[in-house]
Amino acid sequence: MDNLDKQLINLLQKGLPVCEKPFLAIAIALKTTEEIVLNKLQDMLDSGLLTRFGPMFDAACLGGAFTLAAMQVPQAQFDDIAKIVNSFEQVAHNYERENQLNMWFVIGTETQNEILEVIEQIEKKTGISVVNMPKEHEFFVGLYLPV
Amino acid sequence: MTTDTQQLNELERAYIVLTQKGLPICSQPYHWLAEQLKITVDQTLDITSDLISRGIIRRIAAVPNHYKLGYILNGMTTWDIKDDKAIEYGKKIGELPFVSHCYLRPRHLPNWHYNLFAMIHGRNTQEVQHYQDQIKELLKDVLQTHQGKSQDVLTSTRILKKTGLRLKVRN
Repeated sequence: MDNLDKQLINLLQKGLPVCEKPFLAIAIALKTTEEIVLNKLQDMLDSGLLTRFGPMFDAACLGGAFTLAAMQVPQAQFDDIAKIVNSFEQVAHNYERENQLNMWFVIGTETQNEILEVIEQIEKKTGISVVNMPKEHEFFVGLYLPV
Repeated sequence: MTTDTQQLNELERAYIVLTQKGLPICSQPYHWLAEQLKITVDQTLDITSDLISRGIIRRIAAVPNHYKLGYILNGMTTWDIKDDKAIEYGKKIGELPFVSHCYLRPRHLPNWHYNLFAMIHGRNTQEVQHYQDQIKELLKDVLQTHQGKSQDVLTSTRILKKTGLRLKVRN
């Protein structure tokens, strides 16, 4: 990664101006050409350094319901329980974490009611109670990973 | 729930469906979008700005792969802070550049007494520790102690499942 690559990643993460030629604006800011910016961006997407470019939507604004849920799973049963939980298509992410509550997953559904149904089914299939932690307030984040 | 589903008109729905996977990498990406939507470029730019001001679009940006940039560690930090100060202080934590998600969630007493969640990302354990210390310093006046603890970090030891959340565009 050269210096320009790094500057480009840093700027592109922060966001582009809303205008007809956003990449030209970036090129001018970085004292390079629009063509170089476009080529580099395409290369970074192709290589997987960047995963996506475009509008970043607030999923919750678009409808649907989400929650974070956690379970305390005995170590001996851990992999079996993980399989059961992961088999629900409404479970989007699932992580093993270091805590008494050692399995943490995100449930995404169309309606609020469906969240509770999924939790009930997971409890029924696993025999383990699910701690439901829906967000009460979301704070705007400005994640920025400088390189 | 604090985030309500916003009312979207037909055109806004079409905009979202077309751009969910991203914008084309070309000199004038909004020209492409205007053509698809059968509206003018100016109208497309106006819709974009409006969706941003309503919080439906957070920004037009690139999403880096954390791991490929060297940010290999993530920690879910959880904090027990005074309820009446939670919104004020949560906002400060969300603004930190190394925090990717920041929420207030319900306590589940007696076993779970943390109400503020902040996900942090770092390139090594020192960096993660340093970030945690920064959060602690910011929260020092509002931290509460329960059974001798006012914070915890739940580092992920394994990804068990990771699929993209589908953005649903409802009719």
